[in-house]
Amino acid sequence: MSQPSTLKSMTIGESGLAALFAVTAFLCVIASAKALDAPFAFHAALSAVASLAAVFFIINRYFERPAALPPAEINGRPNYNMGPIKFSSFMAMFWGIAGFLVGLIIASQLAWPWLNFDLPWTSFGRLRPLHTSAVIFAFGGNVLIASSFYVVQKSCRVRLAGDLAPWFVVLGYNFFILVAGTGYLLGVTQSKEYAEPEWYADLWLTIVWVVYLLVFLATIIKRKEPHIFVANWFYLAFIVTIAVLHLGNNPALPVSVFGSKSYVAWGGIQDAMFQWWYGHNAVGFFLTAGFLAIMYYFIPKRAERPIYSYRLSIIHFWALIFLYIWAGPHHLHYTALPDWTQTLGMTFSIMLWMPSWGGMINGLMTLSGAWDKLRTDPVLRMLVVSVAFYGMSTFEGPMMSIKVVNSLSHYTDWTIGHVHSGALGWVGFVSFGALYCMVPWAWNRKGLYSLKLVNWHFWIATLGIVLYISAMWVSGILQGLMWRAYTSLGFLEYSFIETVEAMHPFYIIRAAGGALFLIGSLIMAYNLWMTVRVGEAEVQMPVALQPAE
Amino acid sequence: MKAILTVHNLASELVTTIWTPVFVAIFLAIIVYAFWPRNKTAFDEAARLPLREE
Repeated sequence: MSQPSTLKSMTIGESGLAALFAVTAFLCVIASAKALDAPFAFHAALSAVASLAAVFFIINRYFERPAALPPAEINGRPNYNMGPIKFSSFMAMFWGIAGFLVGLIIASQLAWPWLNFDLPWTSFGRLRPLHTSAVIFAFGGNVLIASSFYVVQKSCRVRLAGDLAPWFVVLGYNFFILVAGTGYLLGVTQSKEYAEPEWYADLWLTIVWVVYLLVFLATIIKRKEPHIFVANWFYLAFIVTIAVLHLGNNPALPVSVFGSKSYVAWGGIQDAMFQWWYGHNAVGFFLTAGFLAIMYYFIPKRAERPIYSYRLSIIHFWALIFLYIWAGPHHLHYTALPDWTQTLGMTFSIMLWMPSWGGMINGLMTLSGAWDKLRTDPVLRMLVVSVAFYGMSTFEGPMMSIKVVNSLSHYTDWTIGHVHSGALGWVGFVSFGALYCMVPWAWNRKGLYSLKLVNWHFWIATLGIVLYISAMWVSGILQGLMWRAYTSLGFLEYSFIETVEAMHPFYIIRAAGGALFLIGSLIMAYNLWMTVRVGEAEVQMPVALQPAE
Repeated sequence: MKAILTVHNLASELVTTIWTPVFVAIFLAIIVYAFWPRNKTAFDEAARLPLREE
C-alpha cells in the first residue's frame, strides 16, 4: 500500500461487499460444477467470473481512492455523482443498437423465413424475447436508471446516496440483462411475455432493484430542496411498482437449485391473470410512469419554460396510479377470464384516456412561449414529438381495449403497430431526447458535437416509424378482416396460409422502417461518442474566486 | 382452518366493499389539495424547479 496521509481504511460497505462477492464466487463455482443443464453451468460460471471481477473492482477502487470518501459538497455546491450515470448512458446506447438490430433481424425473418438459418439459437422464438428485453429493459431500463439518478440529484440539490450502492445498481442491472439475454439464446425461459428470465435471474434482479429503491429513497430523504419535484414521484412510482409486479408475477419453484428450469406457483387462468396484470403494468409503470418523469424534467429544462400546470401534473400522477393497475384484463378478452373482469379491464383502460391526455397536454403546453425553439433545436423537437406519439398511442390503446374493436384487432399485426407507435415514437424518442440532453451535462460539455446530425437522426427515425406503424395498421386490419370473412355458405373464406401470404409486402415495409430506425440510432451513437471525445468543455465558474457568503 | 376461512371471508368482504369509496375519497382529496387556492404559489414555484438549479 502506498503511504496514506491520514488513516485509510475500508468502509464496512467495501469490506462487506467484497467478502460477500468472494463467497458468491465460491458458491457459483460449486453450482457450475453440479449443474444439471449446460445453460445453468454457463450462467453459474459467468456469475463466478462476475463476482471475482466485483471483488477486484472493489479492492482496486479502494487502493486508488483517497482516504476520505468524496465530499457531499464542494464550496457549498452539491458534488454530484456522475459516474454511474455515464456508465448507464453508455450501456443504454449499446443495448439500444443491439435491440434495434435484433428487431430488424426478426422483422426480416418474418419476411424471409430462411433467415433463421435453421439453427435453434437464431430462431424467431428465441430472438423475439431477446429483442423485446433488449429494447425495453436494457435500453429503456438504462435510460431510466441514468436519468433517475441525474434528476433526483439535481432536483433535490444533493449528491446521490451511497458510495458503492449506485455502482452496484448499474453494474448489477446490466449483469441481469446479460444473464437474461444469453439465457434466451440458449433456450432458458419461463415463457411469460416480458417476464421470461428464469428463477435465478429473477432473484438477482430483486436484490438489485431493492438497492435501487434504497439509493433513490435515501437521496430524496437527505434532499436540500424542501419540495419533492413531480418527476421524482413518477420515478418512485416506477421503481416501487416494478418491484411489486416482479415479485407478484414470478413466484416459481425450481426443479433443482442446480438447474435452470422452474414451474410457476399457480397455473391456468390465475397465471394468465397475473401475467397480464404484470404485463400491462410494465407498460404503465416502466414504459409510461418512468418516461413521464423524463418528460416532466427534461422538457421544461430544455425549453427553459416552467411546467405548464403543476396542479395538472399532480392530478396526472395520481389518476395514473389509481387507474393503470386495473387495465390488465384487456389482454385477455374472449378468454376463460370471467366476463366481468374483462369488462372491468376495458372500463379502466377507457378511463385512462383522461390522465394520459391530461399529461400529454401538460407536456406540450410547457412549450407555450417557446414554440419557436422547435425550429432551431432538434433535441427539443424530438422530446415534443415523443409526447405527441404518447398522445397518439394512448388514444389508440383504450380504443383497442374495447371488446368489439379487440375482436378485430387482437392477435393481428395491429397490436404490433400500436406497441411500436408507443415504443419507437414515445419511449424511443423521449429516451433519445433525454440522452442528447444528459450526455453533454454529465460529461460537462458545452453542447452536442453536431445538432445537424440530431436533425438527420430525427427525420430518418421519424420516417422509419411512419413506415413501420402504417404497414402494421394496414396489415393488421387486413389480417383481422380476412380471418372473419365468410362465404355465402358460411365457410371461412380464407385459409390461414392465405392470410400469411397477404402479409408479405407489409413485412418488407416494416423491416425497411426498422432499418431506418436503426440507422438513426447509429448516427446518434456517433454523435454522442464525438460529443464526449472532442466536445468543448463547459467553462466552469472559477469557484475558488467566489467570495464567501 | 374453518376459523381462518371465516376471518379471511370477512376481511375480503370488508375490503371489497369499502375499497371503491375509500379510493374515490382519497382521489377527491388529492384534487382538492391540488386546486386549493393557498397552494398556488408553492406549485408555481415548483413548476420552475428544473430552471432554478445550479
